[in-house]
Amino acid sequence: MLTILFDGIAYGMLLFVLAVGLSVTLGVMNVINLAHGAFAMAGGYAAVVLVNRWGVPFLAALPLAALASAALGVVLERTLYVRVYRASHLDQVLFTIGLVFMSVAITSWSLGSQQVFIRLPDFLRARYEVFGVSVGAYRLLIIAVCGVLALGLQVVLVRTRFGARLRAAVDDPRVARGLGIDVSTLFTVSFAAGSGLAGLGGALGAEILGLDPSFPLKFMVYFLIVVTVGGSAGITGPFCAALLLGVADVVGKYYVPSLGAFVIYTVMIVVLLVRPQGLFAPRGGR
Amino acid sequence: MRRAAELAFWAAAAAGWFLLPSQHLLLNEIAIMALFALSLDLVQGYAGIVSLGHAAFFGAGAYTSGLLAVAGYGDPLLGLVLAALAAAALGFATSFLVLRGSDLTRLMVTLSVSLMLFELANRLPGLTGGADGLQGMVVGPVLGRFEFDMLGAVAHGYSLAVLFVLFLLARRVMGSTFGLSVRAVKGNALRAAAIGIPVNARLVAVYTLAAAYAGAAGALLAQTTQFVSLDVLAFHRSAEVLLTLVIGGTGYLYGGIIGAILFRTAQSFLSELTPEYWQFWMGLAFVVLVMVGRERILALPQAALARLRGRR
Repeated sequence: MLTILFDGIAYGMLLFVLAVGLSVTLGVMNVINLAHGAFAMAGGYAAVVLVNRWGVPFLAALPLAALASAALGVVLERTLYVRVYRASHLDQVLFTIGLVFMSVAITSWSLGSQQVFIRLPDFLRARYEVFGVSVGAYRLLIIAVCGVLALGLQVVLVRTRFGARLRAAVDDPRVARGLGIDVSTLFTVSFAAGSGLAGLGGALGAEILGLDPSFPLKFMVYFLIVVTVGGSAGITGPFCAALLLGVADVVGKYYVPSLGAFVIYTVMIVVLLVRPQGLFAPRGGR
Repeated sequence: MRRAAELAFWAAAAAGWFLLPSQHLLLNEIAIMALFALSLDLVQGYAGIVSLGHAAFFGAGAYTSGLLAVAGYGDPLLGLVLAALAAAALGFATSFLVLRGSDLTRLMVTLSVSLMLFELANRLPGLTGGADGLQGMVVGPVLGRFEFDMLGAVAHGYSLAVLFVLFLLARRVMGSTFGLSVRAVKGNALRAAAIGIPVNARLVAVYTLAAAYAGAAGALLAQTTQFVSLDVLAFHRSAEVLLTLVIGGTGYLYGGIIGAILFRTAQSFLSELTPEYWQFWMGLAFVVLVMVGRERILALPQAALARLRGRR
């Protein structure tokens, strides 16, 4: 029981790291980015290539994968995304779906369409008994890394000048611009950070989530759930939403496998109808 | 003048049945796709509801007619009507979910409704055949006379006829005061309400109607291919129909049909060229379409048409 809960928490933390970039995209620029999963997949595949082909140690491959996704994020943001900020939501949806399909095709063309596995180092395969709960070292690492990242993000967002600017831009981009905050640079930086985090999540979670070219399509809904349920103000909302989703998904699949993903979709529809701004967003927000 | 162009269009579609006997299968698919895109146009182009899950109704229709055919009720028209009704019921039930909320909410809701149906079909292999698809459909002859043949001549004629009839109906409905009020709601829901249009009732009605159309399209596919698989509910079907509609142009009834012709022709060409990776080209089409600007691309044929009219 506790082991399942533990797995759920690890899964939820992972979802948070994967999806947190999306909440910035949606919050700051009001862009519906369905292609967020493509960045996670890019990170995952970068780690696979680094570890399996070039023999880079797993832990060293993680930051490299994050950097690769972040770089990809900057390039795409500056060249393509920048043009759809003002477009209608329909256009944004079309554009990002297009990116998803292209990323799926490119990946299966260049790296094959079957699921790939990352070669984990031996110390991550160990299992420990902690207070009678069987705990995998790999999931422990995921929780540790994601926990540190979440704390770090919270500190950056609340304590630093950059964070203050970002929060201002999320609250009201126009006024923030009027106050002399360079919103577009801010957005490029946070887009890159968000893509990088997604890439890190993809690399870290390759083993749990399963990495194949349809990754962006499979997890698109999960990311969107985290963001819509969590709201885009701050990271506490998405964090709680991701944890809930992770635990609910793992527990649901374990105890009532026949229901599959029903519970999650139902919960999401209900939440969207009752609180369109997200479960954790302050009332009266935008 | 407009009537002449419309007559010419449908005459060309009918001529396609006689002149392109080797392409019956492709043209049949185009007709079905056109009907499906027409249905999405009612929701997206006329009512302004962004949907990422329109395949839900297509799939509902396909499975309804498929299950009827398996159960021994193989008459195509009966299956078509019941499939449309079933899809309409589903559309009516879920229409209340898309009344509220922003574009994002609507996207998420429509997407999750279609994903739920996909899961449902996947989890009930006893009923739907699950991942293997629905086996053993026996579809009777159309109108009791025309047996479906291997070349797809009857299938093509049947789908085209259904498309034509439903198109005429949609043209009548959308040209009526009802259609105008739906457009008003899209333009500005608040003002529409202020001049006395029951906004929610209109949206529910048009969503239900569109669901029925999508269900009919799904039934056509099921009956003419005599097979239903989970594919009819898959996400990429919702995305494809969106692309089809956008290529042809939203907000006028021929958009879906023109889009279906362009899309399916391009798809069959590309998938012959690169069978595995044609998704890449579809994605590229999406991106280019948005980057260049949909309006600008669509303006080209319209400008050409206007010039043509001016010359006459």
